[in-house]
Amino acid sequence: MKAPILKTLFGKAEVASPPDIEAAALRSDRFRLEREHDWRRLEDIVGRMEKGRLRGLSDDDVLALPALYRTAASSLAVARETSLDAATLEYLDSLVQRAWFQVYGPRHGFVAWLRGFLGGGLSRAIRAIWLDICIALAVMVAGTITGWLLVAQDREWYYAFVPVQFADTRVPGASREVLLESLQVEKDAQGMSTFAAFLFSNNAGVSILAFALGFAFGIPSLMLLVHNMAILGAMLWLYADAGLTLEFAAWLSVHGTTELFAILLAGAAGMHIGRSMAFPGNRSILAAAAESGRRGAQVMVGVVLMLVAAALLEAFPRQLLGTEGRLIIGCVMLLFWLAYFFAFGQERKA
Amino acid sequence: MTAGAAPHLAHRAKRRRDVVTPEGIALPFTVASRGARAGALLLDLTLMFVTSIVVTLALIWIAGGLFEAIGGSGETSGAVEFIAVFWTLFWFLLWNGYFMIMEMGPRGATFGKRATGIRVASREGGRLTPEAVVARNLLRDIELFLPIVFLMSAPSGETGAAGIAAAAWFLVFLLFPFFNRDALRAGDLIAGTWVVEAPRAALAETLSTEGAAREGASALTGAEYRFGEAELSIYGEYELQTLERVLRDGRPEALESVHQAICRKIGWNPGNGDERAFLEAFYAQLRARLESDMRFGKRKADKFS
Repeated sequence: MKAPILKTLFGKAEVASPPDIEAAALRSDRFRLEREHDWRRLEDIVGRMEKGRLRGLSDDDVLALPALYRTAASSLAVARETSLDAATLEYLDSLVQRAWFQVYGPRHGFVAWLRGFLGGGLSRAIRAIWLDICIALAVMVAGTITGWLLVAQDREWYYAFVPVQFADTRVPGASREVLLESLQVEKDAQGMSTFAAFLFSNNAGVSILAFALGFAFGIPSLMLLVHNMAILGAMLWLYADAGLTLEFAAWLSVHGTTELFAILLAGAAGMHIGRSMAFPGNRSILAAAAESGRRGAQVMVGVVLMLVAAALLEAFPRQLLGTEGRLIIGCVMLLFWLAYFFAFGQERKA
Repeated sequence: MTAGAAPHLAHRAKRRRDVVTPEGIALPFTVASRGARAGALLLDLTLMFVTSIVVTLALIWIAGGLFEAIGGSGETSGAVEFIAVFWTLFWFLLWNGYFMIMEMGPRGATFGKRATGIRVASREGGRLTPEAVVARNLLRDIELFLPIVFLMSAPSGETGAAGIAAAAWFLVFLLFPFFNRDALRAGDLIAGTWVVEAPRAALAETLSTEGAAREGASALTGAEYRFGEAELSIYGEYELQTLERVLRDGRPEALESVHQAICRKIGWNPGNGDERAFLEAFYAQLRARLESDMRFGKRKADKFS
């Protein structure tokens, strides 16, 4: 039993000469032996493609792939009707399946996909969920107004909204100076990149969760949006009360226009899936879920990229710039995102 | 061995789905078993866990070396900060990007899936798009990590009735694959994907070109085995393929017991010592008969039909 093992280890290049085709007693085995060479060649090409070694493939191999695939597929169809050799059938099943994945596999790699994605795919996906974005936006605005109104009526609401340890100095009744202090400009950039990295991974994790929850919960995730925006509304009231509306808006907008936009999109993407499963129209629920899920995933990749930008903005310009600088950056970013998402990459109409 | 194969095959048949290729061939896919998928997930999680531990330890070691070299002065802080940034981003990319990048590759499988012989595929037979891979991996949080957190915290009673309700709700997502035929998890549902077996079978030798199947006579004894119409009409395709497996495995005790069983059935007197040649000849002649019937559209599934 040892000899064959050594042979496969050291003598791989030397292919065993196929048995004499005429010697095969069975017609189905003769059929197999006549085509075996093509199958093995296809297996070799497919194996190399699976390993990602595309450079090792010659032009001949690439050209031969579709033809070899069709040969193997038709061999499989014939063999199913004429052969009872289970081992051959199993081999052909697996070979045709593997070749099918390569022939009908992704045409382009990750980089090409990313280029198409940034060059219009993302914008189209976002425009396609405009209704969900409008709903999420309305919910967020309503949440902010609710927070403002409730706190304006009764200050106790402030403590109900804003976590206490989060708001140490920023409480109702705090003096203007204390509040201004909390919007202070930092002196140097020490430690800011760590802060940015932390902000990014934290916010990205939260937005992925918001997306997943949007699918899992639907309506309750809207409540989550309401609650978070109520916190914002409450703090907005606090600063407005002290006459610091502009400073607070600037402090918030430098990264907030990007970050809140991203959270808006994440919530809308999740809601889009839930909504299309609840109202699939003429499609089956599964088809509707798959279609909206893929669209939602594109939006989510965009959200993560936006959060990278938001974290950088939050760590550097927000801590280092004054009020005007913060406002300008915030507005420019908002305009940039709006232009990119809603004006860029229009489908060419035939 | 052969006795255990039948229920196994029956179970596989339940997981078999045909996808029609553009060439019009019904390509059989076998939906991956839930056990294989759980095993693949465990392998991947272990791999990710070990990688993050190793990288974290290496970064701590590098940072410690930096402190010692310069004595913790202001100049190190830039380098230490870089290490902290690198670590945070690495952590995020590993836990969110590993599944996506691996499944976008030509094999459509993570290392764990490769080890268990399964892969991700598009459900309707089209190509597996990057969007689909992203979508199916975005839901991992609510399908795996959140349910586990809630399941561990809910029984303590600290989170109250809301905690129990949340745990029950998340349990729906954790157990999602057990409540549909194709073992789809929630991520597969919204991405339009499924996980199928990706067998890698090697081409075995042709049986009819070897031994007594080819010569028609035993090389050992010179005996020539010829079976008649009555003897060959007993068995069907299932028995033929079982016999094929026995011949390919080539275990002597299995050959012997199968030889005896066949002789009893066809009323021959079982001899000794020449089992393989007998079985090879019987296999070749039975297959020739069944295949020629097949060409006339007559199929015999097993000995009962």
